[in-house]
Amino acid sequence: MLSIKNLHANIDDKEILRGLNLEVKAGEVHAIMGPNGSGKSTLASVLAGREEFVVTNGEVVFDEKNLLDLPAEERAREGVFLAFQYPVEIPGVSNMNFMKAAHGEMRKHKGLDPLSAKDFLRLVKEKSALVELDGQLANRAVNEGFSGGEKKRNEIFQMALLEPKLGILDETDSGLDIDALRIVANGVNALRSPDRSFLVITHYQRLLDYIVPDFVHVLYKGRIVKSGGKELALELEKRGYDWVKEEVDALEKA
Amino acid sequence: MVEEKISKSIEFCKSFEGHRSALYHQFPDVVANAKDALQTLDFPTTRSEEWKYTRTTRISNEAWNISNVPSSIDIQPSLIPDLNAHCIVFVNGFFRQDLSSPSFEEGVKISQTLQENLLPDAVNVFQTIHTAYCTDVISIGIEKNVQLKNPIHILHFNDVALGCAMPLVEVIAEVGCQVHFVESFISTIEEKTFSHRQLLLNVHENAIVHFDKIQSQSDNHFLLNDEQVSVASNGNFTVNTITIDGGWVRNNLHISLDGQNIEANLNGVFFPRNKQLVDNHTKVDHRFPHCNSNELYKGLMDDQGSGVFNGKVFVHPDAQKTNAFQSNANILLSDDAQMNTKPELEIYADDVKCSHGTTTGQLDESALFYLKARGIGEENARKLLATAFINDVLLKISNNAVRDFVTKELVDRSLIFI
Repeated sequence: MLSIKNLHANIDDKEILRGLNLEVKAGEVHAIMGPNGSGKSTLASVLAGREEFVVTNGEVVFDEKNLLDLPAEERAREGVFLAFQYPVEIPGVSNMNFMKAAHGEMRKHKGLDPLSAKDFLRLVKEKSALVELDGQLANRAVNEGFSGGEKKRNEIFQMALLEPKLGILDETDSGLDIDALRIVANGVNALRSPDRSFLVITHYQRLLDYIVPDFVHVLYKGRIVKSGGKELALELEKRGYDWVKEEVDALEKA
Repeated sequence: MVEEKISKSIEFCKSFEGHRSALYHQFPDVVANAKDALQTLDFPTTRSEEWKYTRTTRISNEAWNISNVPSSIDIQPSLIPDLNAHCIVFVNGFFRQDLSSPSFEEGVKISQTLQENLLPDAVNVFQTIHTAYCTDVISIGIEKNVQLKNPIHILHFNDVALGCAMPLVEVIAEVGCQVHFVESFISTIEEKTFSHRQLLLNVHENAIVHFDKIQSQSDNHFLLNDEQVSVASNGNFTVNTITIDGGWVRNNLHISLDGQNIEANLNGVFFPRNKQLVDNHTKVDHRFPHCNSNELYKGLMDDQGSGVFNGKVFVHPDAQKTNAFQSNANILLSDDAQMNTKPELEIYADDVKCSHGTTTGQLDESALFYLKARGIGEENARKLLATAFINDVLLKISNNAVRDFVTKELVDRSLIFI
């Protein structure tokens, strides 16, 4: 489904990703972990199409399409969804209108007419229940005045509504209390399916107790330096990242 | 022998000579004086502070004419659906009884002479020209304590190439009345026209007047609005100036709060694009204690469009306990668009709450990316943000029919996205 080969990316002429390789098959959940500044969020941004990041080398194939050739909106329509680390507040745009416009675009892309107002409302109700999101939030301006937990739940709600093929969760767990974390994770788990994959980017192992990954990768200095099963996350939780860093740095010196 | 130099304004009025000012029968001396004054008056240049960013040469260099040939015009497409208003129609600056509503609600008095005998103060040369050659006068009186059920819709059409329309509208809102006005400026031809509409509006004690102005002419049209509003104690006045379209638009809005416990709201939104210019000059005079004024203007400039905002608020020495708030926010959608904005607060009382703020920026890139990351295309994402930006001004239009109409006009012109 997703194949990343030798990906290099810069921001402001500073190289952040330095030859990243990753293969994600349909239905798999991959966790990307790593110390601060290792390039985790850059990977998420590059995949979603944020223009500040310049890809200097490598390729990303998603569903047999060259993802890097597509603007952000087309990646989204093809089924890439980024749950933002910092969801943006947009005063004046209601959450409902925002999602109606987005959902309409998704359907248009599939050659379908937009849902009727009634059917869309029913869908919103159903999906917001998934993350225990108050119906009132749908009518408020996008993320404006939302608590941190509400913003993250809103991201998952949007994902549930837009039904992507690939969900990228960029530190969705950061700043969440244990109740909000559980709700967000339950929402994600409800969306797991044989044809939907996830990239779960996180600094902490805690989230992975709830969203159990098939693979865990450690990102360091813009490359995946270690991969394993879910037990790798536990080991990182116990031992921290220093031992991985030392291994890599030693190899570099040699 | 001294060679007489002909002033620019005399030159400008040359072809108006055959037309007698509509003010003549009521104010012959005033009209004569105005004509005399023209001998020495020239048009303002950008050296004058009031016209620093708004050139008048494209108006002053043109050979305009006044045309009172009644044309057939279909007003139907310009009416606002579900507004159920009584209409007053001007064509090329002349009142058209045949196109206007045959009768009005009880308590409404329409006449073709000024009822309160107050002529507008001539602040600019255009006003002097207006007095000298005024095309028509309509006075609308709302009687004491009358609450009108239906709005009054004033429509201005221009359908003569190089036609110059100079109507004067007087509104007398008597004590305790309540009335909603809608005023539309529409052009039905592609050729150049110039409209200068003067408005005298007196809001008497305890009266409530709501005024929605919709300016939607096109690129070749020049529109100047001079408005002099006086509000008496306990009066409530709201004006929304919606400039959807127009090649050159200048609004001079002066609101004088001539009593206590008044509330005045002035809002505006403008969308200059192509090479359009929209200039809003506002002035609010707080003369007595305990009055509130709230001002909110927003502009979205695209292409080589240019916007001007100048908002003066004077708080006179007696006007203690004044609350005066002013805000002007602007977004430039292109590299060639420009905005010149200048708030001016002069406060001579010491127990007041006043604020002003002005911002000019661009669309929020992070918000734009957020929308795109959900599959919304660049153009619609921009429009969605533009819509969000101006929405609070549109919400100031309290009448649903008017708001829906304005929204549709904006959507049809691809200015907003809903």
